[in-house]
Amino acid sequence: MSSSTQSASSVANAARRGSPTSRRLLIGFGWLFFTLFLLLPLLIVVSQGLKMGVGTFVDAIIEPDALSALKLTIIAVVISVPLNVVFGVSAAWCVSKYSFRGKSILVTLIDLPFSVSPVIAGLVYVLMFGAQGFLGPWLQEHDIQIVFALPGIVLATIFVTVPFVARELIPLMQEQGTQEEEAARLLGANGWQMFWHVTVPNIKWGLIYGVVLCTARAMGEFGAVSVVSGHIRGVTNTLPLHVEILYNEYNHVAAFAVATLLLIMALFILLLKQWSESRINRLRASAAEE
Amino acid sequence: MSLRRYALAALASAIFAGSAVAKDYELLNVSYDPTRELYQDYNTEFTHFWKASHPGDNVKIQQSHGGSGKQARGVIDGLRADVVTLALAGDIDEVAKLGKTLPENWQTRLPDASTPYTSTIVFLVRKGNPKGIKDWGDLTKDGVSVITPNPKTSGGARWNFLAAYAYGLKANGGNEEKAKEYVKELFKHVPVLDTGARGSTITFVNNGQGDVLLAWENEAFLALKEDGGNDKFDIVVPSLSILAEPPVAVVDKNAEKKGNSEIAKAYLEHLYSPAGQEIAAKNFYRPRDAAVAAKYAQQFPKLELVTIDKDFGGWKTAQPKFFNDGGVFDQIYQAQ
Repeated sequence: MSSSTQSASSVANAARRGSPTSRRLLIGFGWLFFTLFLLLPLLIVVSQGLKMGVGTFVDAIIEPDALSALKLTIIAVVISVPLNVVFGVSAAWCVSKYSFRGKSILVTLIDLPFSVSPVIAGLVYVLMFGAQGFLGPWLQEHDIQIVFALPGIVLATIFVTVPFVARELIPLMQEQGTQEEEAARLLGANGWQMFWHVTVPNIKWGLIYGVVLCTARAMGEFGAVSVVSGHIRGVTNTLPLHVEILYNEYNHVAAFAVATLLLIMALFILLLKQWSESRINRLRASAAEE
Repeated sequence: MSLRRYALAALASAIFAGSAVAKDYELLNVSYDPTRELYQDYNTEFTHFWKASHPGDNVKIQQSHGGSGKQARGVIDGLRADVVTLALAGDIDEVAKLGKTLPENWQTRLPDASTPYTSTIVFLVRKGNPKGIKDWGDLTKDGVSVITPNPKTSGGARWNFLAAYAYGLKANGGNEEKAKEYVKELFKHVPVLDTGARGSTITFVNNGQGDVLLAWENEAFLALKEDGGNDKFDIVVPSLSILAEPPVAVVDKNAEKKGNSEIAKAYLEHLYSPAGQEIAAKNFYRPRDAAVAAKYAQQFPKLELVTIDKDFGGWKTAQPKFFNDGGVFDQIYQAQ
């Protein structure tokens, strides 16, 4: 124990002095950790998925239940992300351009889904819209199904992804201040013109970054969706839930094949994130030069 | 030419006749954990059976699986099951009581207390039985680790618990305190409680946890059947176990609302037919039908079985006594 802390501190000291060996050691350690705990497990997922050959892999993905899970996941993303864009932009706008009473409470509330466990996020909707819930009897009378159906899944997804867009935009918009908008108004622009021609171009890349994060989370959400899903095969199973079902049915190859599909989608999203991030940095850098 | 015209006419009349009576059914069966393979087979069989007498109909049967208690909770909270096929009567009682979607006397509507197949609880051990486990008494030996799901959420776990308790009673001449002490000791050997039977099986089979899995007989057989299972595991049949009775019921209000009353009833009744019983037996459930049971007698070991009704006063007594808040399970598990 003590020897390891000793060596760790000596490594840190060496790094500060900038000796090339220690630098290499540290970078090597970083790579080792990254490989062992991130890259290797992901590679195992892919290799397990491809174990029985590409044919089986493709079969697992084009199987009707898997396709319906993919469809449901995409629908949940397509509904929840735009709603969160609207909510996120308006919340960030309120918080950064105005000062009002209760502002700090609003900012705290935006962060709530980060701190609340997803299971609770799901249960909230069951207690609200379930047959025994607050609105349950009324919903049943009017034959409206919320939990254990698409609306519940979308609601749960929205709940867990609320903070992403707003959290990304608030610092950006605060940094930018209100001067440009004021100038636009003085030059005779109306509210919408100002928003589309001044605000949106300014926050574009931050917004894209927020949307990318939001999408990634919406695609992968398991806990909250699991509570409100009802787990009906081919109907209310999203991709992450489908992976669990296949795994529990001893269908490992299919489980890992579908997991790989999810992984590919995530990697694609990650590339988008990288790209938007670099655009933000470039924008910030050019702003600093001015 | 005339042949083609005849064919067209036949086709048109078939479509017409079909559209006059044909119905599209979407039936939702909310079931417990280990029945996935059983109902996969049975749904195919039932669809064929139904189409034989209703050729124009489209039948789509949807499945949902999970821990029995959790599934019952889902139906109570509004999961629109047309039929429930759960691990024990107590869970369907809860649906009747809290959900009010089927009458409380549901168990009298189908033969054999609404239970078309039965099972029991056996031990699954590592190949060659390295810990020498032969009976319940061996489970509390030093260094033996036991895998069982959580009785709060899993039906199988409740059968496990009661079977263990029955052994505790028998070994101690019917002394309830001693029986409680035995199950308390037993649960000290349980390192993890999964929410459903399938989760526990995966923990034991795939993740290599534990020396013995308390399992549904069908689940244990299935684990042997899975790739290479025969080389990795053995089934140990204890001296005494419990007759596990997983019942089925139509959830009247849901079925009515979806126009499925008739097909839902037929779906459950067909489970009692020779074809249904055969599928149950093939999936390692003990059939009720005497002829089918005789045919598969070799598959199922004979052992002394206690029953929930004779030995525990039925689920209406056993559920509150053992598993509700403050019941025996809470007493022995929280005291640890």
